[in-house]
Amino acid sequence: MALTAFAGSPAATGSSGVRRGGRIALLLLIPGIAYLLLFFLAPLISLVMTSLQSPSETVFGQYDFTFNWANYLQVVGQYSEQILRSFLYAVLATVFALLFSYPLAYFIGVTMRRWPLVQSLLLILVVAPLFISFLLRTLAWKQILSDEGFVVTTLKALSLLGPQDHITGTGIAVVFGLTYNFIPFMCLPLYTTLERLDLRVVEASRDLYATPFTTFRTVILPLSMPGIVSGTLLTFIPAAGDYVNASSQFLGGTSSTMIGNVIQSNFLVQLNYPAAAALSILLMATILVLVGFYVRRSGTEDLL
Amino acid sequence: MSPRELPTDAGIRALIAQAGAWRVGRRTVLQGAGVSAAALALAACSTGGGGGAAKPSAAADKSDSDKTLTWANWSFYIDEDDEGNYPTLQAFQEESGLTVTYDVAVDDNNTYYAKVKDQLALGQDIGADVVCLTDWMISRLIGQGYVQKLDHANIPNLSNLTPSLQNPDFDEGREYSVPWQSGFAGLAWNKEKLPNGLTSVEELWDPALKGRVGVLSEMRDTMGLLMLAQGIDISSSDWGDEEFAAAIEVFQQQVSSGQIRNIKGNSYADDLKNEDTLAAIVWSGDITTINGELGEEKFGFALPDTGGTLWSDNFMVPIGSPRKTNAEKLIDFYYRPEIAAEVAAYVNYITPVEGAKEAMADIAPELVENQLIFPNEETLAKAHIFRTLTNAEQTRYQADFESVGLGA
Repeated sequence: MALTAFAGSPAATGSSGVRRGGRIALLLLIPGIAYLLLFFLAPLISLVMTSLQSPSETVFGQYDFTFNWANYLQVVGQYSEQILRSFLYAVLATVFALLFSYPLAYFIGVTMRRWPLVQSLLLILVVAPLFISFLLRTLAWKQILSDEGFVVTTLKALSLLGPQDHITGTGIAVVFGLTYNFIPFMCLPLYTTLERLDLRVVEASRDLYATPFTTFRTVILPLSMPGIVSGTLLTFIPAAGDYVNASSQFLGGTSSTMIGNVIQSNFLVQLNYPAAAALSILLMATILVLVGFYVRRSGTEDLL
Repeated sequence: MSPRELPTDAGIRALIAQAGAWRVGRRTVLQGAGVSAAALALAACSTGGGGGAAKPSAAADKSDSDKTLTWANWSFYIDEDDEGNYPTLQAFQEESGLTVTYDVAVDDNNTYYAKVKDQLALGQDIGADVVCLTDWMISRLIGQGYVQKLDHANIPNLSNLTPSLQNPDFDEGREYSVPWQSGFAGLAWNKEKLPNGLTSVEELWDPALKGRVGVLSEMRDTMGLLMLAQGIDISSSDWGDEEFAAAIEVFQQQVSSGQIRNIKGNSYADDLKNEDTLAAIVWSGDITTINGELGEEKFGFALPDTGGTLWSDNFMVPIGSPRKTNAEKLIDFYYRPEIAAEVAAYVNYITPVEGAKEAMADIAPELVENQLIFPNEETLAKAHIFRTLTNAEQTRYQADFESVGLGA
């Protein structure tokens, strides 16, 4: 949403006011820049420095800066499986959330255009789950998917699950949880683009004897690309670093841990801050590279 | 001519032009350097971690003017009535005139330590004036100088402390810490699904229980039970890396085969309740509390025949708390036998207070013979205290234990 916000800004400022306006704009930017320096740059530097520390020989739980870059090699060697799994789960969750949200957003934004009341009602329904803490909602799913719960007993009765199979504590439950939790963040940006979709273009496509599929592929889909890009980014980035769904307190288990859980364990339980910091930086860097590549490929540089 | 076309929006255009005019001049470089230096200085502060040489000094006591107290503790660990009030704590507040905030803030020794250690190192108030933590963590905190020395003159009832807990190796004479409750880690099972109960750790690895077994995230309890099952005396100092590695191997195997479903702190209660786990390694008193909440004897508890672990949680006053005298009043209150009995009757852990057994006869006579609260010699013979680990062992063992849980 934030990415598309610039698209429709008015171009009405008079050129005579530009100089003074520029200075005011700069003045207005100061709090933002200060905020970034204090709450983004400083912690980032601190994190990089922590990631290069090694444990003190003498004092328990203390780490000294020794430019120990081997920390990075060590965490990659030890946790490569969890790192790859995080990105796999995040991609799966993003794809599922997109497949689920696109028809929904299309329905709300295009099909229901003539009934604005229904439209806003449906939108409220999409946003409504966000009024409850996602921790509580995830815990509720844990109950629903538990071994003696309705879902598992039904699937077992239908022989779709073996007698010793279960859902919570598996990768399926984690991907499900991620998908579920990020659907609103996928749906809203899609809605904002589809809501502005010019139906006359679609009509023109039909007039030119395009099949519904061709119309979708060559007209609707390209026009909704900004929504898809911002939706997938809003889903993929937090999903890759998520540690709640995959935590054994919620839907995950020992075979479905993600990088977020590894960082949490290193930071809070093992007190191995350098490893935790190195993993955080790796996660951040990988996401940056992947996202940069993705945005470039999808041809929407003007959004950023 | 600009190489790239500027956006049409006039505001943004102006900004870009301004940014261009700003390009690197001597002054701006200096300004930028100043900012980065400040950021670095800030970062350096936050990574120092307090240092090991200088121990923080205790905060000045303001108990005379400040009539409040915050107590951080674990869940299911104090008597509670149906409305969610704590009867003994209410009695203490009425009697002492203090306002006590009871905060269920501890789920795991390690995570709690990670949360408060930076403030402790700086000698700051951690938002709790008295905290209950397990022996080995208290030992670490005392070693680091993060605990205030108690004034025994303010705790006359400390004379009721049971002799066996008066001189632990980490705190001879109880100068810094006072036991709150002791307990066992043992086996719990769902009585409906496992009517025959459990008697040994080996029975947890029964193929019929595949994926339905839970263990504790407290390394000493889970590994303690597994090592006892291998015939190792966990309280003696003759075992080391080799024995621990052998037990880790069993643990690893049961986790990767999917036999063990979950590794958790106090939240294992949820899994037992929704039947994700049918058998688990748990803490003794919790099971009685959960049964009480459910209103039926759904879960059984026993120490395995090879033995369980015995631990104590202890009151301690963090170095930065300015309300130590208030905390001492609270400790003294809970060392009255009748109060200790009242708490024990609810939490079902072993009370360290002598005379509580006699007091229990008046409150709930049926609990006097309860082995979880007043264990006899026979029960205690099956309970073992995990030996003190060196810092290096602690780091290594904890890392091994964690990597099994992470599947790494």
